[in-house]
Amino acid sequence: MTHLELTGVAIDFPTSRGPFRALDGVNLKINQGEFVSLIGHSGCGKSTVLNLVAGLYEATEGGVVLEGKEVREPGPERAVVFQNHSLLPWLSAYENVELAVKQVFRNTKSRAEMKEWIEHNLELVHMSHALHKRPDEISGGMKQRVGIARALAMQPKILLMDEPFGALDALTRAHLQDSLMEIQARLNNTVIMITHDVDEAVLLSDRIVMMTNGPAATVGEILDIDLERPRNRIELADDVRYNHYRHEVLSFLYEKQHKPVEGDSQSAAPAQKAAKTAADAPQLAQDMHIVKSTPGETTASTAA
Amino acid sequence: MSTLSTASTESTKNKLTLGRLQLALRTPSADTVSRIARALMLPLIGLLVFLFAWHIAARNIDTSLGQFPGPAQVYEQTFGLIADHNRERGREAAFMERQEKRNAAILAKDPGAEVRMRDYTGKPTFIDQIGTSLITVLAGFALATLIAIPLGILIGLNGTLYAALNPLIQLFKPVSPLAWLPLVTMVVSALYVSDEPMFAKSFITSLITVSLCSLWPTLINTAVGVSSISQDLKNVSKVLRLPFMTHVIKIAIPASIPAMFTGLRLSLGIAWMVLIAAEMLAQNPGLGKFVWDEFQNGSSDSLGRIMVAVLVIGIIGFMLDRAMQLLQSRISWDKNAVVR
Ligand SMILES: Nc1ncnc2c1ncn2[C@@H]1O[C@H](COP(=O)(O)OP(=O)(O)OP(=O)(O)O)[C@@H](O)[C@H]1O
Ligand SMILES: [Mg+2]
Repeated sequence: MTHLELTGVAIDFPTSRGPFRALDGVNLKINQGEFVSLIGHSGCGKSTVLNLVAGLYEATEGGVVLEGKEVREPGPERAVVFQNHSLLPWLSAYENVELAVKQVFRNTKSRAEMKEWIEHNLELVHMSHALHKRPDEISGGMKQRVGIARALAMQPKILLMDEPFGALDALTRAHLQDSLMEIQARLNNTVIMITHDVDEAVLLSDRIVMMTNGPAATVGEILDIDLERPRNRIELADDVRYNHYRHEVLSFLYEKQHKPVEGDSQSAAPAQKAAKTAADAPQLAQDMHIVKSTPGETTASTAA
Repeated sequence: MSTLSTASTESTKNKLTLGRLQLALRTPSADTVSRIARALMLPLIGLLVFLFAWHIAARNIDTSLGQFPGPAQVYEQTFGLIADHNRERGREAAFMERQEKRNAAILAKDPGAEVRMRDYTGKPTFIDQIGTSLITVLAGFALATLIAIPLGILIGLNGTLYAALNPLIQLFKPVSPLAWLPLVTMVVSALYVSDEPMFAKSFITSLITVSLCSLWPTLINTAVGVSSISQDLKNVSKVLRLPFMTHVIKIAIPASIPAMFTGLRLSLGIAWMVLIAAEMLAQNPGLGKFVWDEFQNGSSDSLGRIMVAVLVIGIIGFMLDRAMQLLQSRISWDKNAVVR
């Protein structure tokens, strides 16, 4: 059964040089309980897709339909985990989640139930020890976990995550990926996650949606990841199918879609974008070194 | 060889214990001592140099009211003004006592008689004027804040409102209090008519003038603070569908607290300066009037007294700013932020 459907979505951003078509003809169907990753080069329009589903942007053409209803504005049934956690810095971890819970369950849960629910969700992400710390008193990984707890606590129909682990070190990231898999297995949430990390995409997803480069980006290929769950990263490291999937993604990114030259995509926030791209580059370069045996390597290295 | 190494370990050990001892006792190191010395000494030296220069300069300035007051005269006049105040208070007490006695006597003769207590109507002293000015400035500032913060939040949240009001704000912001004063005086005289006024007209005039001039920095800073809330936090609010008031209380206000306080401190500074000028010009009671009266008075003490007033105005202005700063660090959620 189709849960979420994007049909012929196109979006124009107004710029000083006229409208800039960031996405064109995006079609995507996602089922209930499915975990979908969006991957593509920086600036291709992944965040834009996510924001469209969240209702933060409005499509110029086409539309987004969730459970038979068109998405017109943001709402808590489409919870977002933002790239930079976006916690309110003046509220503690508990209060940040509380703000969401009070908003979503104000008519359905009693005070005590809300408290329990907030604590339960922070427990899920292993944050019970720092309930009353403010964002500036906890680490980056902890902030991201609180952000996830806040989104989960909204009991969304669909969970939207924009590079949720992008800014974290490899160990913390692995840890949070495991937590996320565990939580998703338990709650059976529908998830759309943006990532730059090929391993992350293959490990977590049921399907990987690979996007072409912008402008007028669209869905390039969709890769079904047919690996049984629960998945174990160490066992999968030697798995032939796993490495095949990685290779598929890498070859899409580096052979079929060349990395765009900086500056030719009419970036709205050039400085920020450029900084981000620079940070992404080593990440992708790292991916390349792990797949020594893949034939894509030579091309990829030159591309990276 | 072996002795040498033992000796060196020994000395290391000594150093370690010493270090620990120092930590335990928190003996101030030479470094902290010199830092404290710098923090205290430099301002002190600055003050002394200033007093000396003032002293020399004052001796060389002759005015029609005598020599310009130096530090010594100012010191003298300060005590003179305090003594004046105490004398006046003594008179007031005596006046009240006489009245009470007289009333008691009347009542003793005729218990049904209606007795009245009249207020003492002596000349307000320097200290009284300080009190008046402080009350006026705080009232004017409070009124300005009550208008500026809510309006600033609305303007900051609403781009249309911002565009509509921005030209007006830019137009009125640079208007001098002296330009407002006649208008305010006339309007207050015309509109504030009551037989038993709760506040004096002069108080209302000063208050409104102060508010009109001091509300702009708070208004503008609040609006800028609110409108520059990060898009991410706005998105959080949108995704949660926070109602307007929750958005204001949970997001807009905390996010703009630093900007708001920058504005409030500017506003309070302006309020204080404007008030003194308005009091001088309108002859409304307060420190400004005191200065003007002394100037008109033209006695040999006048310049010294004015100088005392100048210093007091400065000190009060400084303390008002300090108080706001304290309030800011109490209210601010970001305890690490450096408040200057
Ligand atoms: N508000 C906007 N106004 C104008 N152009 C925009 C806006 N938002 C995004 N764009 C443009 O749309 C394109 C896609 O941006 P988007 O943020 O979706 O990329 P992304 O794939 O998420 O990149 P990254 O991986 O670096 O986050 C970019 O070229 C960007 O410059
Ligand atoms: Mg993005």
